Amino acid sequence: MEWVNTILQGVLLGGLYAMFAAGLALIFGIMQLVNIAHGDLIVLAAYVALLVTEALGLNPLLSLVIVVPFMAALGYGLQRGLLNRTLGNDLLPPLLVTFGLSVIIQNGLLELFTADSRKLQAGAIEVASLQLGGGLAVGILPLIQFLVAVAVIAGLQWLFYHTALGRAFRATSDDQAVAQLVGLDNRHIFALAMALSLAVVAIAGVFLAVRANFDPAIGPARLIFGFEAVIMGGLGSMWGTLAGGIILGVAQTVGAKLDPGWNLLAGHLAFLTVLALRPGGLFPKMQQR
Amino acid sequence: MPDALLEVRALDASYGDFQALFDVSLRIEPGAITAVIGANGAGKSTLLKCIAGAMPARREAIVFDGTPIGGEPAHRVLARGIALVPEGRRLFPSLTVEENLLIGGQSGRPGPWNLARVYALFPRLAERAHVLAPALSGGEQQMAAIGRALMSNPRLLLCDEISLGLAPIVVRDIYAHLPALVAEGLSLVLVEQDIVQALKAARQVYCLQKGRVALAGEASTLTREKISAAYFGV
Repeated sequence: MEWVNTILQGVLLGGLYAMFAAGLALIFGIMQLVNIAHGDLIVLAAYVALLVTEALGLNPLLSLVIVVPFMAALGYGLQRGLLNRTLGNDLLPPLLVTFGLSVIIQNGLLELFTADSRKLQAGAIEVASLQLGGGLAVGILPLIQFLVAVAVIAGLQWLFYHTALGRAFRATSDDQAVAQLVGLDNRHIFALAMALSLAVVAIAGVFLAVRANFDPAIGPARLIFGFEAVIMGGLGSMWGTLAGGIILGVAQTVGAKLDPGWNLLAGHLAFLTVLALRPGGLFPKMQQR
Repeated sequence: MPDALLEVRALDASYGDFQALFDVSLRIEPGAITAVIGANGAGKSTLLKCIAGAMPARREAIVFDGTPIGGEPAHRVLARGIALVPEGRRLFPSLTVEENLLIGGQSGRPGPWNLARVYALFPRLAERAHVLAPALSGGEQQMAAIGRALMSNPRLLLCDEISLGLAPIVVRDIYAHLPALVAEGLSLVLVEQDIVQALKAARQVYCLQKGRVALAGEASTLTREKISAAYFGV
């Protein structure tokens, strides 16, 4: 029973990783941009939520109403003002620019907020749990986090396959030159994709900050978790990122259960195993639908 | 001579150090088919790309309906009413046929074309509406590419090598649809290496050779010798 509980906690944690991954997968899929600053943007969202909750006295979960639009607007502006200029036939310029952005965000946060660990306080809900019987219990907050992650993934999947915007995303992803010829403005489409990515980042950042302590330096590790979940899931479906996130979450909690020091190692081993057995991920591109 | 719908005036175009077009000038009349022929590498596709906004051009070098539009981005040129059917069809492979058509209409120029009309024009596409584009035959793909361009309700349709890689009977079938489009007031530019089809369909013909206009005239007045000379440069 203890093991079932461990795996269950891993699955719930996987929801958070899936949200880290979804934003990365989205922009890589649409514009082949590898966003090295993704993890730092998650942390930035956490600090924005910290400011909002402190200034307005809101519950962190309610602060999403402000943090999500703020991050989405930031994403649109970032893409139009900076990242669009780096896109071309070469993968390197966007990689370097987002790496630079990562350094700037980390040091900017350090300057403004110091290196102290912070945490968002969500109140009584943090310790509330649901008894499932047989000694099994799940925390209400992890459960909400997981359900939100599933809703986010389902929402993205629906947007991709059932809306005009999603059609434009897929067309741009297929063939940028022809997408422009049929009337799509790539710069705008890319900026919308980044806005959507950072909206998901905002949700992930708030849940991360409620769940555990954060400081300006934890971004890069979140980026790695996101990457691993994307690669394990494959780029063919948003559901793949959920699967990838869950595998990573379960591996980490099982590893930690065996020995607290094996937490991260187990996650990386699971990643390498999936990569060795299915290099294209669990849901490879083009076989979907 | 009626006012031209599109005028190209002394257009030069280059890929890096390689100049593909030299001082090209031509007039596209409204409500007619104009053929642009020429050997491989003569600059035909480059010309269409410049007109459609996929390659840079001097502002004054391309005049559409009296307005200089050279160098405008492709999506804005499309919104003005110039649509390109690209060489090799270039349908979006992860979209269904219907989604490919819908995306052509997404830029939202008002006009008579919609899904139902494209399906009426090409009934084969209606039967295959929900399969992914790569599952279509070459001819069906070409129909879908033409339909995708029509969905934007263009005034001028640029067709790049629509006969390329298709069986002669399929090419005849596609060409048979063109007069009906022109009868509705659409103007067409056909870029072809297959000059027999193009000459039969077109009113006006331009022949490019090594990036220059080597011959221009009414299709009915051009002799085979003149065309061969302009085409091959012998």
